[in-house]
Amino acid sequence: MTFEEIKSAITAKFSDAVLENPEGEENAIYLDSRSWSKIALFLVSDKDLFFNQLECLTGMDLGSETSLEVRYNFHSMEHRHKVEIRLTVDRKDPKIPSVEQIWRMADWFEREAYDMYGIVFEGHRDMTRILCPDDWEGWPLRKDYEVQDTYHGIVVPKIKEGWE
Amino acid sequence: MGVLENKFKDNIVVESLDKLLGWARSTSPWFFQFGLACCAIEMMASAASRHDLMRIGMIPRSSPRQADVMIVAGTVTIKMATRVKKLYEQMADPKYVISMGSCATSGGPYWQHGYHVLKGVDLVVPVDVYVPGCPPRPEALIEGLLKLQEKIQAERPLTQISA
Repeated sequence: MTFEEIKSAITAKFSDAVLENPEGEENAIYLDSRSWSKIALFLVSDKDLFFNQLECLTGMDLGSETSLEVRYNFHSMEHRHKVEIRLTVDRKDPKIPSVEQIWRMADWFEREAYDMYGIVFEGHRDMTRILCPDDWEGWPLRKDYEVQDTYHGIVVPKIKEGWE
Repeated sequence: MGVLENKFKDNIVVESLDKLLGWARSTSPWFFQFGLACCAIEMMASAASRHDLMRIGMIPRSSPRQADVMIVAGTVTIKMATRVKKLYEQMADPKYVISMGSCATSGGPYWQHGYHVLKGVDLVVPVDVYVPGCPPRPEALIEGLLKLQEKIQAERPLTQISA
């Protein structure tokens, strides 16, 4: 299936969940995160779509003004087509449904997105940090991240200005 | 040494014993296998047949309790720094630390923007020898180990240090 066919297949079933693409972003489908768990089940169970592989899950911070974003890259080994799904997440209350129990691949990816951006994937069975220590403060890849002063008595370095 | 350390006045017997101890310590500094990043590959190459650290009496040990020298080979993240400290505390005296490569020495390429990297392992454990390089070749590491051997040999473990 081509991208247009995939998009129309999703729109036919969930017409109110498919959002308009921003300008210049033509090759991804923007969805409403409230109905994401239903759509995710549809993507994997529908015979014509059958996206049985989650290739990648990326968290993004598009700048302090705008929201956070999660991008999913799906691939169907059966039909050999792929699609990119994007969900926007509120910065103040970053929660979206987890797809960990649908694609097991999402387990560590979602934990990484949680570790770096603080996006809580509701329904994930082990929503803990994966790279940073468990008691680390803040979300390192957010644009407004500020490093904590000390960690267990060790001074955490700040950005050093004027060093060459 | 504990009980005997720095307890004796300087005389010919103590000096000879000191030299013997220094010789014994310096010629068999077993090192703690402690690979954290790409420097570990060079450390392994130094221990393998071509460079053969066994020539200078060094055997890799997997337990901190059996090791005399800790070679910190690679990037020390802050998460790891707490463990590095714990492992150093588990080593028996006398113990030495070699900081291998620019990451362990100063943070290396993560100096400016790495929130997660410790800017030098000497912030958590005392370092005896720094080996520069990114990563240092096995020859450079061996040079550093020979420098450490010189340092150990020059120590006077029994002699009282006069203030």
